[in-house]
Amino acid sequence: MSDQPLSIFAVSGRAMSAQLVRMNTTASNLANVGSVSNSADTAYRTIKPVFRTSFDKASGMATVDVENIVTAGSEPTKRYDPANPMADKDGNVWESNVDETRELVDMMETARGYQNNVEVMQTAKSLIVDTLKLGK
Amino acid sequence: MADNSLFGIHGAALEVRGQRMGILASNIANSSTPGFKAKDIDFQKALRSAQGGSIDGAVTGATMYRVPLQPSLDGNTVDLSTEQTAFAENAVQYQTTLAFLNGRINEVTRALRGE
Repeated sequence: MSDQPLSIFAVSGRAMSAQLVRMNTTASNLANVGSVSNSADTAYRTIKPVFRTSFDKASGMATVDVENIVTAGSEPTKRYDPANPMADKDGNVWESNVDETRELVDMMETARGYQNNVEVMQTAKSLIVDTLKLGK
Repeated sequence: MADNSLFGIHGAALEVRGQRMGILASNIANSSTPGFKAKDIDFQKALRSAQGGSIDGAVTGATMYRVPLQPSLDGNTVDLSTEQTAFAENAVQYQTTLAFLNGRINEVTRALRGE
């Protein structure tokens, strides 16, 4: 964290970047629905960002950062498919563990969160501009 | 600004409303952070104590955790509809305070010009 006190723009701006990271992980997950691999270790696993609140004592405000990105969800599914070019010597493939429904719900929540922060920023901007015009 | 007779109560009110906007923006920013506890300022209480002393101290003393309408599994107590309503309400009140201040400034300007 920087030593400058948080402004309302920093609060909403950082929240927007955090939501954008979440949107990117969702896009990666959805792109990998149904992708297969020849071992459980190399199979694609769902990735999720971990959000953490970042408090600023000086201003009493709090914003959010992405602490790290972790893999989540169940183990990749093992499927017997000897015709698949990715199959191992026993004829098995491992399919990614992406849960499409969960990803789509997450995407909607992300979009709403992003939009709310944009609106907060717009309102704050117009109020600050009005304050600067005080007495004019 | 708290005991400024030119602007009366509105100087302190503008600052408290500005700080409340920051608190509510923090709640909205953390709408999906696990374990985040939403806060809000008791405006009346903050304004009353701001008249006797510092704005920052008054705001800190009047900041409380919000009581959640329904508990969530991840411990987050942000209820988006509550926060959005409070934010919109606070923005309108901020603008109202600005209108009061502008009126006062115009009044004093006219008096100085001898209109």
